[in-house]
Amino acid sequence: MHGPLFLLELGGVVLLLAVLSRIAGRFGFSPIPLYLLAGLAFGEGGVIPLVTAEAFVESGATIGLVLLLFSLGLEYSAQDLVRSLRDGAAVGGVDIVLNAIPGFLAGLLLGWDVLAATVLGGVTYISSSGVVARILDELGWMGNRETSTVLGILVFEDLAMAVFLPVVSILLTGGQASEIAVEAALAGLLVAGILVLASRYGDVLSRAIVTPSDEAFLLALLGILLVVAGSAEAVNVSAAVGAFLTGIVFSGSAASRARRLIRPLRDVFAGAFFLFFGFQVDPSSIPSVAIPATLLAAVGAASKLATGWWGARRAGVGPRGRRRAGWALVARGEFSIVIAGLAVAAGLEPKLGPLAATYVLLLAVVGPLATHLVHRAGTGSARR
Amino acid sequence: MRRRGAPRPEPRDDDARTVVSETPLPGVGIRFEFQTASGRRVAVIHHRSGRKELTVDDVRDPDASRDILSLDEQDSRTLAELLGGSQIARELDQLQQRISGLGIDWLRVQEGSPFAGGTIGDTQARTRTGVSIVAVLRGDDAVPAPGPEQVLQAEDTLVVVGTPRGIEELAVLLRTG
Repeated sequence: MHGPLFLLELGGVVLLLAVLSRIAGRFGFSPIPLYLLAGLAFGEGGVIPLVTAEAFVESGATIGLVLLLFSLGLEYSAQDLVRSLRDGAAVGGVDIVLNAIPGFLAGLLLGWDVLAATVLGGVTYISSSGVVARILDELGWMGNRETSTVLGILVFEDLAMAVFLPVVSILLTGGQASEIAVEAALAGLLVAGILVLASRYGDVLSRAIVTPSDEAFLLALLGILLVVAGSAEAVNVSAAVGAFLTGIVFSGSAASRARRLIRPLRDVFAGAFFLFFGFQVDPSSIPSVAIPATLLAAVGAASKLATGWWGARRAGVGPRGRRRAGWALVARGEFSIVIAGLAVAAGLEPKLGPLAATYVLLLAVVGPLATHLVHRAGTGSARR
Repeated sequence: MRRRGAPRPEPRDDDARTVVSETPLPGVGIRFEFQTASGRRVAVIHHRSGRKELTVDDVRDPDASRDILSLDEQDSRTLAELLGGSQIARELDQLQQRISGLGIDWLRVQEGSPFAGGTIGDTQARTRTGVSIVAVLRGDDAVPAPGPEQVLQAEDTLVVVGTPRGIEELAVLLRTG
């Protein structure tokens, strides 16, 4: 058993997260940047480094990542993904080109190797599905015409990540070209296999796990989830992708029940995930990346604005809707951190962690705030 | 994703059928939209959670919508009822006007009705009032052309056809037995 210090430390950290989450909610932005800041303060080189609770937070972070991606997968059905691949490929492709290339080039300019630059491309590319979906709902934009375009882009990005993460994790482990090819093929097979399984037998599997008891259901769910995530990690597909795919397999009432039961667990452990990412970043390394991170954030905002503008115009939406679509997409968050976290854990490029953290800190705050302002300006002029 | 490059449609003619378009919102649910006779775009968003949102377009920006109402399942049912039932109901309404002397109506099986839990056969509606029960509406489901063995529940809505007088008698019968 741990001593009282462990409980005191952990309790203090959780209370702090509660306060931060409340502050963020008050001002209408995501708590993620505040969690990251807290991680910076309590981690290595921070103001008050934790002594006994850090190991627990680290385990919690692993579980948080799995739950985060699992609940994302729960939101989508296999049909959603197939449809978004079919209808959203053009917009999705433009999104990748406009948003991943600046990060990739920035990495090369900073003198990093190709792999680190690729990871940075992933960081700058992906919008935060969680933050964006929340903005759309909060502002009552679900009825807007551009919203289906925005959501289509998010689904496409999440799918792209399901391909990107395994590729990066395989490259991070290194090895011969032939080994890498075999591993990549294996990963591709696994991803495709689970998707086929989900679209054909999702209902059957969902029915199989359903029991009247919430407790038994939750435990079965969690057990399956962790086993799949672990197996995925073992074949270098990354636990995150395993969890995402598991979420997709569940459908119907099993999915809605899982959403309800998993949410509180996810919120707690996802807090640990962001905190732990902050732990790993030495705050003293941030000033040295502040300028590139700010520039990159400015480019990242502009490139998402362009993506949203183009995608919405293609759907026949007017200029105001195009602007709304762009701003809604600016927010980066959990997935940029997930991608950067892989590279940080593998000890790639020391500046990647602080750069990604600063980038997300900026855009997770600026995106939602700017979107609220655009909304207020829009409704203001409509009322005259 | 639908392409909407073309100019927006003019307000529809009165006898044209309302076109309801359906847009999937991945991860959220489905959005149903139609244009009202006065040219406004009305959208109903069915969230996966069962929550529904009713929005109307913004006059100044037709792509935007005003969030009007957030409805839970019970609210939606109440609103639908107040607005006069479903599209099917309206079509039946028109049918009714064409055959004079024939009435079509919707009768609710109230909580506490002696037939809640019984079958259509138990009501002897046909024998006693001459009225036929042509459909049973239950929540979002409909049982068309139910047989005498069809079980009735409280809160069911019966679509009935008969003389106006017979329908009135059936309404009383359903309440009091």
